[in-house]
Amino acid sequence: MNQDHLSIAQATLLEPSGLSDAHLQQLMQKLTNVDGSDFADLYFQYSKHESWSLDEGQVKTGSFNIDQGVGLRSIVGEKTAFAYSEDLNAPAILAAADVVSAIGRQGQNVTSRDIWRPQKIKPLYSELDPVAALDDASKVAILEQADRAARDHDSRVKEVMASLSGVYEVVLIVTSDGRQIPDVRPLVRLNVSVIVEQNGKRERGSMGGGGRHGFDYFDTAMIEHYSHEAVRQALVSLEAIDSPAGTMEVVLGNGWPGILLHEAVGHGLEGDFNRKGTSAFSGRIGEKVASELCTVVDDGTIANRRGSLSVDDEGNQTKDTVLIENGILKGYMQDEHNARLMGMDVTGNGRRESFAHLPMPRMTNTYMHAGQHDPEEIIKSVKNGLYAVNFGGGQVDITSGKFVFSSSEAYLIEDGKITAPVKGATLIGNGPDAMQTISMVGNDMSLDSGVGVCGKDGQSVPVGVGQPTLKMDALTVGGVQL
Amino acid sequence: MNQVKAMSQTGLDLSKAAEFAIDYARKQGVDQSELSLHQGTGISITARQQELETVEKHNDAQLVVSVYKDSKTGSASSADMSEQGIKSTVDAAISIARYTGADDCFGLADAHSMASKALDLDLYHEWQANEAEMLDIAMRCEQAAIEHSKQITNSEGASVNTYSGSAVYANSHGFLSEGLGSQHSVSCSVIGSNESGMQRDYWYDSNRNAAKLDSAEDIGHVAAKRTLARLGARQIPSCEATVMYDSGVAKSLISHFIGAIKGGAIYKKASFMLDKVGSDVLPDFVTIAENPHKLGASGSAWHDGEGVETPEYRAIVDSGRLQGYVLGSYTARKLGLESTANAGGVRNISVSNTGQSTAQLLQEMGSGLLVTELIGSGINMVTGDYSRGAAGFWVENGEIQYPVEEITVAGNLLDMYQNIVAIGDDYDMRGSTECGSIVIENMTIAGS
Repeated sequence: MNQDHLSIAQATLLEPSGLSDAHLQQLMQKLTNVDGSDFADLYFQYSKHESWSLDEGQVKTGSFNIDQGVGLRSIVGEKTAFAYSEDLNAPAILAAADVVSAIGRQGQNVTSRDIWRPQKIKPLYSELDPVAALDDASKVAILEQADRAARDHDSRVKEVMASLSGVYEVVLIVTSDGRQIPDVRPLVRLNVSVIVEQNGKRERGSMGGGGRHGFDYFDTAMIEHYSHEAVRQALVSLEAIDSPAGTMEVVLGNGWPGILLHEAVGHGLEGDFNRKGTSAFSGRIGEKVASELCTVVDDGTIANRRGSLSVDDEGNQTKDTVLIENGILKGYMQDEHNARLMGMDVTGNGRRESFAHLPMPRMTNTYMHAGQHDPEEIIKSVKNGLYAVNFGGGQVDITSGKFVFSSSEAYLIEDGKITAPVKGATLIGNGPDAMQTISMVGNDMSLDSGVGVCGKDGQSVPVGVGQPTLKMDALTVGGVQL
Repeated sequence: MNQVKAMSQTGLDLSKAAEFAIDYARKQGVDQSELSLHQGTGISITARQQELETVEKHNDAQLVVSVYKDSKTGSASSADMSEQGIKSTVDAAISIARYTGADDCFGLADAHSMASKALDLDLYHEWQANEAEMLDIAMRCEQAAIEHSKQITNSEGASVNTYSGSAVYANSHGFLSEGLGSQHSVSCSVIGSNESGMQRDYWYDSNRNAAKLDSAEDIGHVAAKRTLARLGARQIPSCEATVMYDSGVAKSLISHFIGAIKGGAIYKKASFMLDKVGSDVLPDFVTIAENPHKLGASGSAWHDGEGVETPEYRAIVDSGRLQGYVLGSYTARKLGLESTANAGGVRNISVSNTGQSTAQLLQEMGSGLLVTELIGSGINMVTGDYSRGAAGFWVENGEIQYPVEEITVAGNLLDMYQNIVAIGDDYDMRGSTECGSIVIENMTIAGS
């Protein structure tokens, strides 16, 4: 498998422009020919992206994109120099390497290791190209099926918008410590959103999913599930009353509401912020930062998940990293640069949007381990509160620790029972404080359906989240009903 | 530079590459085609703790082709602008168009609407600074912030960015435009701390002409002041109150408004502004205008993304009344209307004001919440329901009392627009929307 990946990567990225091991060594020599050079790498990437979208019952637009290039990086202490080339011919890449090495002071020639040892990695997904593996007519048929499934499900459906996308990426990472690591990464996604209308009132609902699969992941059952779920959410919203405003008990459903963890603790535990001391969690390893019911991990090793990677974008194998164990802060997510400066181990969290971006510590699949409680028991324990099961996006200020995430499906809990649906509202809290108020954790841990996109410093990467049903004793709900 | 080289290898410049692509598409039998093509270079330099942290060299190129055949469309993009790359990209677009559905509304914008006169809108100012000079600006900016107060205890650094590029748009009507553009910015983000904890804030300036950027020191001082002002922030009890959006965040309210009147949302009936043309959607003292020809502005263009001639001025909202939607050719045809030259978005929005300064607005508000930062995206564009995380200051007797955080502001955008009582003349001129602070009555604040 691994040898297959290396040959795919070499055939895709090196052979078309005649790049040899000698060229790679020459490039690495240039990148490390800088006083005090600590680390350098080359990130070759080929990426093919295709997407189709449907509205008014037909697939109206499709687009196809191919990008390729190489990113060149050299690190000296805390300093990083970076350039990239979309031209994979040796003279263009050597010119980019000159740009990078000119940035540092020229010094003694620190030669890179000249023994290239391809790393053995166990792939977590198929090397199949999803875009090429299915004919275009069948891709269009997936969207048409999603449209029909939604319209047939309820006559109040007035509009269906669906989109299908497939990505096929081949990367080859060459590092100054002598590694040459390939990866071949498929990624597919299907999204269905609907507009429903009843008595002149309109609402929306949406559902989607995917992962590191081929398009065959979207079988009839899956397509119908997405469409029916989008319709169900929209119909619930039609009946929604104003959401309450104020601080109250909040029960979060399992799966996608794990966006809580991504925002409340995940970003704050990325290595770069903690090295710089700018996170609300900086310097707090060993301290209790959540209730003892909470064990939170970042796990890039789950087969076929959207947030998973066999190796990260620096060629390090991904891990199941414990961030918080029984409430105690255990560790950070690290890339090469920040791990070295902090004297910690890399955790396989070095990720980048593309060859044209610098890697940094990023999440993969971030989730909370299951607890002991029956989800029904959790609902029953709430006198007056909110039960939120679906969310849009979220955001965090890592310095103050304030995070938000916006519900798109939520209900009142009155006397231990789920009652009226309420309109979407933003929930806001302080990461370290909010995590301390988690008083019940369900036994129903699940991961999300595979739609997460995380943005940081202008770079987007696919991620996953997950959690069991859980109860927070006090969280501020941003509704309009006082 | 690589792309320039690729071009010279094939004997093509950007305009020639565009003509080659249009010609090739025609030979492949498409009815119509259009493309946009750009290439640019830039440098980003960040200094942190008075040391160089990162130097990034950018070098981008992109070709995007759309083809139309038998009322179907397909598009493809690539960075490869060699003749072979262009052919492959056009072929990929044609291949897509075999499988998409037919819609008579597809196609180029009408030939008679193409812009006929190129205007010099002062969009390109190359910045001659070398990397050492850019680093010096970043260092001075961060130094000004750090030295502003002992309570500035840490820094996320200061960055200086420069980008210049050229862009071509061409279509099979025979329209072709090529233009140069630039954008430069300086930003700074610092952290303050005291016994109450840590706070971070930032400031930036951005301009097509580097000579017009605020000084590095001014940007650093503002970043430090904004950070210090947030120290000791607290939650306030939930309440109904008047909320003043400062000019930096007020733009977001205008952006939601524009988003809701975009043709795509209207024809899909996915907007809370459906059927509102001719209605009074804002108080009568509010006019929202588009100024596509404003010299040197970040959004300026003499034609839109389909070659349609942009007007010098258009009132989108006149004295509170919605005048029309924001349309490109496809959405216009879907709605049986004419394109408003908004393919690719709106260009330089300006919002009228009611004459007060920031201090006068606070005085008139008396008590309420001044919002200076919004986080999260809790907006339902179908219903207008609005709920976002906020930070800012509690105001009493027209004076700022203390910083506030961990609260939300909520309402429905249709009501919020009607409940605007004043717009200041304290315009934030950065970016492509000019708007003063906006005061809105009767919003719900959720807190403790």
